[in-house]
Amino acid sequence: MITIAIGLSILLLLIILFLLFRIGTLTSIFRGSTERAAGTTKVSNRVNGTLLLLFLVLGGVAFAWSFADAWDDMNLPLGSLHGEWTDNLFWTTMIIIGIVFVITQVLLFLYSYKYQHKDDKRAYYYPHNNKLEIVWTMIPAVVMAILVFGGWQTWTKITSAAPEDAVVVEIVGKQFNWMVRYPGADGKLGVAKTTLIDATNEIGVDFSDPNAQDDIINPLQIHVPKGKPVLLKIRSRDVIHSVFMPHFRLKMDAVPGMPTKFWFVPTKTTNEMASETGNPDFKYELACAEICGRGHFAMRFVIVVDEPEEYEAWLASQTPFVEQNPQVLAKFQKEGATELVAEAKEEVE
Amino acid sequence: MSSTDITINRDVHHAHEEHDHHHDQNFFEKYIFSLDHKVIAKQYLFMGIIWAFIGGFLSILFRLQLGWPEATFTFLEPILGGWVENGKLNPEFYLALVTMHGTIMVFFVLTAGLSGTFSNFLIPLQVGARDMASGFMNMLSFWIFFIASVIMFWSLFLETGPAGGGWTVYPPLSALPEAIQGSGDGMTMWLISMALFIVSQLLGGVNYITTVINLRTRGMSMTKLPLTIWAFVLTAVLGLLAFPVLLSAALLLIFDRSFGTSFFLSDIYIAGQALTNTGGSAILFQHLFWFLGHPEVYIVILPAMGLVSEVIATNARKPIFGYRAMIGSLVGIAVLSFVVWAHHMFVTGMNPFLGSVFMFLTLIIAVPSAVKVFNWIATLWRGNIRFTSAMMFAIGFVSLFISGGLTGIILGNSALDIQLHDTYFVVAHFHLVMGAAAFFGMFCGVYHWFPKMFGRMMDEKLGFVHFWFTFISVYLVFMPMHYIGIAGFPRRYYNWTGFETFNIFTDMNTFISIAAILGFTAQFIFLFNFVYSIFRGRRATENPWHSNTLEWTTPVLPGHGNWPGEIPAVYRWPYDYSKPGAAEDYIPQTVPFSQTQSSNLPNEKDFE
Repeated sequence: MITIAIGLSILLLLIILFLLFRIGTLTSIFRGSTERAAGTTKVSNRVNGTLLLLFLVLGGVAFAWSFADAWDDMNLPLGSLHGEWTDNLFWTTMIIIGIVFVITQVLLFLYSYKYQHKDDKRAYYYPHNNKLEIVWTMIPAVVMAILVFGGWQTWTKITSAAPEDAVVVEIVGKQFNWMVRYPGADGKLGVAKTTLIDATNEIGVDFSDPNAQDDIINPLQIHVPKGKPVLLKIRSRDVIHSVFMPHFRLKMDAVPGMPTKFWFVPTKTTNEMASETGNPDFKYELACAEICGRGHFAMRFVIVVDEPEEYEAWLASQTPFVEQNPQVLAKFQKEGATELVAEAKEEVE
Repeated sequence: MSSTDITINRDVHHAHEEHDHHHDQNFFEKYIFSLDHKVIAKQYLFMGIIWAFIGGFLSILFRLQLGWPEATFTFLEPILGGWVENGKLNPEFYLALVTMHGTIMVFFVLTAGLSGTFSNFLIPLQVGARDMASGFMNMLSFWIFFIASVIMFWSLFLETGPAGGGWTVYPPLSALPEAIQGSGDGMTMWLISMALFIVSQLLGGVNYITTVINLRTRGMSMTKLPLTIWAFVLTAVLGLLAFPVLLSAALLLIFDRSFGTSFFLSDIYIAGQALTNTGGSAILFQHLFWFLGHPEVYIVILPAMGLVSEVIATNARKPIFGYRAMIGSLVGIAVLSFVVWAHHMFVTGMNPFLGSVFMFLTLIIAVPSAVKVFNWIATLWRGNIRFTSAMMFAIGFVSLFISGGLTGIILGNSALDIQLHDTYFVVAHFHLVMGAAAFFGMFCGVYHWFPKMFGRMMDEKLGFVHFWFTFISVYLVFMPMHYIGIAGFPRRYYNWTGFETFNIFTDMNTFISIAAILGFTAQFIFLFNFVYSIFRGRRATENPWHSNTLEWTTPVLPGHGNWPGEIPAVYRWPYDYSKPGAAEDYIPQTVPFSQTQSSNLPNEKDFE
C-alpha cells in the first residue's frame, strides 16, 4: 500500500513539474522572448549572472567555513621526522595553489557577472596580446620550478639509503593481513622463498639459513624505538598491497616478486601521542592502501613506538620462531639431511 | 562546361548524393548501419548517455554503502539479488561496483561518448567535408564499440560478478581468480571488451586524423580551424599512440591468465599453494597501463577543452584570446602527456630517481594548462556574454578544471604523493578535473550542437535548472572529499569503521552521499529535456547562436553530404566576433574580406 502511495505521489509530482514546464514554455512564447536570440533575454541573463556571483560568494564562504571546521580532523597527528618536511611542503603548496584558486575563480565568476549581455553594448575585439601570454606562461613556470625544487630535495632525502644502524622490520602482506619479522640478535633476516610457505611457516623462511635461526616472526604488534631510524623491508606473497602508516606519512607498495623498502624516524612514542591528542587509547595504525580483494578495508595492524630502552626490553622478551616451533626446524634439518645424502650420491655416481 | 562543374563532377560524395536521389535508403541503411557521420555521432551520443546513467547508478549504489555503512540494504535485493547478503552489500561486489563505475565512465562515456560523438559530428561539418574520409570504417568503429559495450554490460550479470580489481586492473589481483571472484569470467569479459573497444578507437582515430588532414574545404588552412578540431585531432593522435600499448598490456594479461605465462606474475602463494610463475614483474603492467592511462585522461579532457573554447568565444561574442597560444598549449599538453605516466607509480617501489624525473615532467604540464585557463578568463573579459545553457556549462567547466587541476600540482609532487597516494584526495582531484569537468564539456557540447543534430532547440530554462543542480552538487560531493583525503582515508574501502584513525567524518560521508544522489537525480532533468526536445523542442534556425563556424552554414537538418550545393570556401579564422566596424557582431568564416571592407584590419586589406 505504502509503495503504491509513494509511487502515485511521485507520479503526481512529475505531472505537476511537467505542467509547470509547459506553462513556462507557453508564457515565454507569449512574452515574445523566444523571438530574441538565445541567451539575450534580460531576465534569464540577470538571474544566471546573479546566481553565478552568489555561487562565488556563498560557495566561498561555505568552503572556508567547512575547511576551518574540518581542520582538526583532517590534520592527523604527526609522528615521524620526514612527515614534518612533507607536511610543511604540503601546506606551503596549498597556500600557493589557494592564492591561484581564489584569484582565478573570482575573476571567472566576476567577469561572467559583469560582462553579461546588454543590447546596446558590443564586446571588445581583443584577439591576442603576446606580452600578456609570455607573462602568464613565465609566472607559472617559475613557481613550478620552485615547487619542483622543494619537492625534489625532500623526495631525495626521504628515499636516500637507510643508515647502517637502522632497526630492520620486515612486513609481508597477504590476503588479508600483515605478517611481521624481526631479524633477531644477529641483525640479519634469513632467506625466504615462496615455495617454502605452509600453514606454520607463513612467510616461507628457509630455516636452514643460519641467519634465520634467531628471526622473530609474527609478534602481535610492530614495536619500534623512538628517535632511531627504522627500515621497513616490504614484501607481498600474493597480490599487491600497500603499507600505509598515515601518522608517519609513510606509504610503500608491497609487490609480489619485488621487495621494496622505506625508512623513517619515529619522533613520538605511543604514550606521548596519547597525552598529546588527549586520547588514552591512541594507536598508530597500519592500513592497506592498494586494492587487494574482499578484505582490503580490514588489513589493520598496530604499531607501537617505544622509548629506546622499552623497545630493547620488548625485543629481548620475544622468542625466536624456531624456539616456538621446533617442529619446523626439525623438518628443515631432515630435508637438509636428505639433500646432503642426495648430493653425496650424485658425487659418488 | 564551366570549370566549376568539373569540380563538382570530380567530387565523389556529390556523385554519391545524386545516386541517393534514385534509391531511398531503407531504415537499416539510414539509421542502423549508417555511413553518415552525423548518424554515427548520434549513435555514439545515445550509447554514451545510456552508459553514463548506468555508470552513475553504480556510483549511487556504492555511495549508499559509504554514506550509511551501518544501514541494511534489503530494499536493494530486487535489483542486486544475491549481492545483498543479510542486508549487507557483498564487499567483493562493492569493489566490482567501483571498478565498473571507473571503466564505464572513463572509457565508454568520456572517451567513446565524448570523442565519438563530437569528433564524428563536428569534424566534417567544421572543416567543410561531405563526410568522414572512410564512412565504412567509421560505421565499423561504432559497431565494434557496440559489441564491446554488450560484452561489458553482460559481464555485470555474471554469477561471479564483473571485474573487481579496480579500473586499473593491476595484476596479480586481476590475473588470479583465487584472489577475487571478479578476476574469473568477469575479468575475461573485461579484457575482451576492452580489446574490442581499443580496435574501435583506432578505427575512429585514423578516420578523424585523415579527414582533418585531407578533406578540409578550400581556404581552410590549419590556422583557420576552430579549436574544437585542433582538440579532436590531437585527441585522436594521443589515442592512436596510446591505446595500442593498453592492447599489448591486455594481451599479455590474457596470456598470463589463460596460457600460463609469467609476464606480470612472480613468487606468488595463493589459495594454499605456491604458483610456478617466476621472473614476471607486476610493475611492468603498471608502466604499460599508465602509458595509456595518462594520455587517456587527456583524451578525455582535450575534446572538452575544444568544445568549451568554441562555446565561450561564441557566447562571449569575442575572439578566443590567444588563438595560437591555445593551439600551442593543446600541443604542449598532448606531447607532455606521454612523458608523465609514472607519477601514478611514485610509491610502487620504482627507482626514486625516476620519481624525481617524473615529478619534474609532471609539474611542467601545469604551465600549458594554466595558460589555457588564463586565456578563457581573458576571453570573458569585456565580452558581451550570452548565458545559454551551453555557456553555463562552459563556465562551470573552467571553474571545475581550476579546482581539480590545482591539486594536481600537489599530487604530481612525489614527496607529497607518499601520504596522499590512493587516498580520497586523489579521488577528489581526478573527479573534478577529468570526471566532472569532462562531463561539463560534454553537456556544453550537447546543448550547443543539439540544434544542428536534431533541428530543434533544447529547453533553455530546464538547461539552467540542470546546470545549477549539477554544478552545486558536484562541488558538494568533491570538495569535502579533499578533507577526507588529507586525513588519509584510503580509496576503494568498503568501510572505514575498523580503523580508529579513519573512524571520523561519518557525517561528512553521509553528506557527500546525499549530494551525490541529488546530482544524479538532476541528470533526469537533462534526460527529459533531451528526449522531449528531440520530438517536441522549438524548431531551430540555421544559426541559432550567431556563430561563425562552418557547420552553421548548413541547412537546419543537414542531409547526407552536409551542404546541398557546393561546399563553401573559407576566407577567415572562426573567431571574428564583435569586430569593430562590422555590421553584425559576428562574421562567418565563409564571408570573404571583400565584403567586409569596413571592418578589415590593416593586415587583412591585402585579401580584399
